[in-house]
Amino acid sequence: MKHPLPLIWRMIPEKYYLMGSHCATCKNDFFPFRQICPNCRRLGKVSEKRMPTTGTVYSFTEVSAPPSGFEFEVPYPLAIIELDNKVKILAQIIDAPMEKIRIGSRVQMRFRRVGDDDEESAISYGYKFALIEDAASSAKTDKPAKTPKPTVSKG
Amino acid sequence: MVHAGIAGYGVYVPYMRIKIPEIAKVWGKDGDKAARGLGVYEKALGAIDEDSATFAVEAGRRAFEHCKLDPARVEAVYVGSESKPYAVKPTASIVAEALGSTPHLTAADFEFACKAGTAGIQACMGLCIAQMIDLGLAIGSDAAQGRPNDALEMTAGAGAAAYVISAKKEEQIATIEKTYSYTTDTPDFWRRSHAEFPMHAGRFTAEPAYFKHVAECAREIMKRTGTKPEDFDYFVPHQPNGKFPVRVAKLLGFTEAQVKPALVTPFIGNTYSAAAMIGLSAILDIAKPGQRILVTSYGSGAGSDGFIITVNDLIDQKRPAKARHFFELINNKTYVDYATYAKHRRKIKSM
Ligand SMILES: [Zn+2]
Repeated sequence: MKHPLPLIWRMIPEKYYLMGSHCATCKNDFFPFRQICPNCRRLGKVSEKRMPTTGTVYSFTEVSAPPSGFEFEVPYPLAIIELDNKVKILAQIIDAPMEKIRIGSRVQMRFRRVGDDDEESAISYGYKFALIEDAASSAKTDKPAKTPKPTVSKG
Repeated sequence: MVHAGIAGYGVYVPYMRIKIPEIAKVWGKDGDKAARGLGVYEKALGAIDEDSATFAVEAGRRAFEHCKLDPARVEAVYVGSESKPYAVKPTASIVAEALGSTPHLTAADFEFACKAGTAGIQACMGLCIAQMIDLGLAIGSDAAQGRPNDALEMTAGAGAAAYVISAKKEEQIATIEKTYSYTTDTPDFWRRSHAEFPMHAGRFTAEPAYFKHVAECAREIMKRTGTKPEDFDYFVPHQPNGKFPVRVAKLLGFTEAQVKPALVTPFIGNTYSAAAMIGLSAILDIAKPGQRILVTSYGSGAGSDGFIITVNDLIDQKRPAKARHFFELINNKTYVDYATYAKHRRKIKSM
């Protein structure tokens, strides 16, 4: 994916540390950042808020026909992740074979290159997610995952 | 005098490994013999979407997860690497932004082959001791480069280590009592501006380069502090392979028991700027209050940074989570073959 430089730069807070927004009126979090609360409209009081960096896999699929910039990463898992504040985001899952990913798997944000432009452009960095078993510990999670088998994956 | 010390540390090693015999096989070499000769069994490599900046960010995050201090307090970030993603543009600013340390800080990238990260620790120490800053971050990070079918290809690993350096005694899990460096102009290893892979001077990299600088640095720092090898519980030299650190330890009068727990290169390869710093992390994972550590990094070109570190009581209350200990975290891995390795290291020209 060819990202124009101003866009890469403007999206740094969102891409580097999940900067989203919070509405003080309805107490909801939003990601990506929203200027106006979709619930409260004019009555919303919106401010910047960092999203939690851990969550669970809500659903996932395997991408084999990627957008440009991701050609060398296929096949790769792409997931909807429900962050610990219930906000859902779409992100790649890294460092895990498909068969280890489950709906309900705990995941943690990681910092990676996202899409790769040509060699002379600025590099775009951003969030991807890794399984927590794998990100932090194989020692701590010796029990097999009790999460249900995926039902809405492999789209 | 204010002493600077380590408030927290974090290590990142990427997920993929390649066994040394798998590399040797491609070039018609005896793999087991090569692995035995180098004392390296396997090496870590980053994925296609990783580079020394992403390693540095992960190590930095883990360092703050460990010390539980506020990254916004950091007033200096130094990243040492010889595999920067940009030729011109700092990695340190990427790290500072990702960790939430911007904008009130100084940041720069350091370059001195494999000792650029420890040079960053010294810079942070200086600022702490001068009371110009309270908290600094020094990182050594490399996705090490080795030309296909070069001896370096067998050992060039990948990883990063980050150290949060504090001026406040009450935040230090270990205090750095003394630092000293030994530097000469010795062209044992280099990479010219637009070259893709580094060159090295073969056997010349050993005696007049690694052994001389590491040994001289260790001897001089001990002389200046009136210490002897038996005054230290651990010795952590730079480790370009599994053999050199053991040999230099013996040469200096250290026992194998003092150096062995610090050997990380046999399991992840030579992580260049990160090597001595990851070795130190493996020691801090197990060190007890009151123990003393001598660290001597090495950077081709050439120089060695020495540190005498004393472990404080705080270390017992502030251990990283077990899963973050070096010898735990390296168990999260997957093995790849040479073709996959080549793809991820972008050795295929059309990529
Ligand atoms: Zn609202």
